[in-house]
Amino acid sequence: MKVLVPVKRVIDYNVRVRVKSDHSDVDLANVKMAINPFCEIAVEAAVRLREDGKASEVVAVSVGPKVVQEQLRTALAMGADRAIWIETPETPETAGLGPLGIAQLLAALVREEQPGLVLLGKQSIDGDNNQTGQMLAGLLDYPQGTFVSGLELGDEEVEVVREIDGGLQTLALRLPAVVTTDLRLNTPRFIRAPDIMKARRKPIAHTAPEQLGVNPAPGPRTLAVHPPEPRAGGRRVESVGELVEHLRQAQVI
Amino acid sequence: MMRSLVIADLDKGQLAAATYHVIEAARQLGAPCDLLVVGEGCADAVTRACAIAGIERVLVADDPVYAASLAENLAPLVVAVSAGYSHLLAAAGSVGKDLMPRVAARLGVNQLSEVIGVESSSRFRRPIYAGNAIATVESDDPVKVLTVRQTAFAAVEPRGGDAERVELEQVIEAPSTRLLGEQRAESERPELTSARVVVSGGRGLGSREGFELVYQLADRLEAAVGASRAAVDAGFVANDLQVGQTGKVVAPELYIALGVSGAIQHLAGMKDSKVVVAINKDPDAPIFQVADYGLVADLFEAVPELIEQI
Repeated sequence: MKVLVPVKRVIDYNVRVRVKSDHSDVDLANVKMAINPFCEIAVEAAVRLREDGKASEVVAVSVGPKVVQEQLRTALAMGADRAIWIETPETPETAGLGPLGIAQLLAALVREEQPGLVLLGKQSIDGDNNQTGQMLAGLLDYPQGTFVSGLELGDEEVEVVREIDGGLQTLALRLPAVVTTDLRLNTPRFIRAPDIMKARRKPIAHTAPEQLGVNPAPGPRTLAVHPPEPRAGGRRVESVGELVEHLRQAQVI
Repeated sequence: MMRSLVIADLDKGQLAAATYHVIEAARQLGAPCDLLVVGEGCADAVTRACAIAGIERVLVADDPVYAASLAENLAPLVVAVSAGYSHLLAAAGSVGKDLMPRVAARLGVNQLSEVIGVESSSRFRRPIYAGNAIATVESDDPVKVLTVRQTAFAAVEPRGGDAERVELEQVIEAPSTRLLGEQRAESERPELTSARVVVSGGRGLGSREGFELVYQLADRLEAAVGASRAAVDAGFVANDLQVGQTGKVVAPELYIALGVSGAIQHLAGMKDSKVVVAINKDPDAPIFQVADYGLVADLFEAVPELIEQI
């Protein structure tokens, strides 16, 4: 069974985000970029399925300009077998694409590639939308397992453990299905130098929205980006007694 | 003509607190508002829904097929009743996040996640980059599909209304998805996202046994219990207690962080709390920068003393 894993290029998890002074966007100039952490978990899950003999092929896909090939190479180094680059002239955000447009492109690719399972990160750490997987499942009318921390792939069904408010929910989804990963599904492997060398020889196929026959819907327009209201904290108390006194004065206890 | 439909959030068949906050967001749109109650055995929730001030109609879909709140059949149900509505809103909890993007995709429109401010009927504010930036976004779509961060809106009055009850005849199954089981954390404590006081524990508690301190203080204050990702990953508590960007977002009147370092992901989940207290033995812990009152101390001495004094 083929597993398709869409991945996104985002600002590195450890970089401190700054808003541009003209409030048009966050400043991404000369900032370290990386594969979105939730996408990395999805790649790891897919590669483990192939290593366990439950999946036959892992195909990574990304949408964006040429630089997204770096993240596809990361997925290949982690163990994906091949990759597909859906080229857009700019990043999805600057091209005005939102999760709906991305899901439309992925839906067209799914119809071509016919994977048994599509594994995605539950959200990207830039837009924090948490939508693409659900939208893809909706467009394809596939069952969906979101925010997944457990995954058991069978021949006709995939069993997922979902992290929901107040606990866990276990579902069996008939394949083909869309599954989105939460943090606790796995810890992605460390990539070693030989893996990077091997990844260079793996193929990255090229396609584009027109070739997929999709004119993706524009996303919502971002009018302004502001830093959040700062919290005026930092005050120290010297003892438990002083703390209790302050809390009484503030009438919170 | 504008009209909003709020999809009610249910908790064990009861109307969840989040619903009242989402209705406030809908109220700010300035349009008539209806409520959809969908689930199994939700008669009680429907009675309460009809009593909420400002709700005109309560649409009811009460059937065992909706027991697990699956997007696979809830989405077509919402789409089926969506004609005539300009805005569809749900809480940004696990059901709303699962459901609303699927609804939007099937309507061919965008979805806006975790809305924290309503500026007009088409313009909204929402956090991006783990709350490190706030975007003002505008949508031209004929239907706006939103999930709403409940802590950003006050709750509407639960009484004073007299809504018309409308039974939905259509029952939609989800044949491709089977519920195998649910593990619900049973607790007598208030629910984390709507509690007045939250006591949170981090890696500084050291162990599952050490985390008992958090429960003891929470019991004393009738507070909900939360945890940092580090405490969850270390196995001190279950994941449903996690406060942070990828866990629960809380904004109580009082947030007490015990042994929490204050990683940016955690701060994103609690920095809208009214009063923040941090107790940590590391004076350089980032949590102190956002705390209204910081105490550098050994938790195992300070917390028992605190319990005694309040």
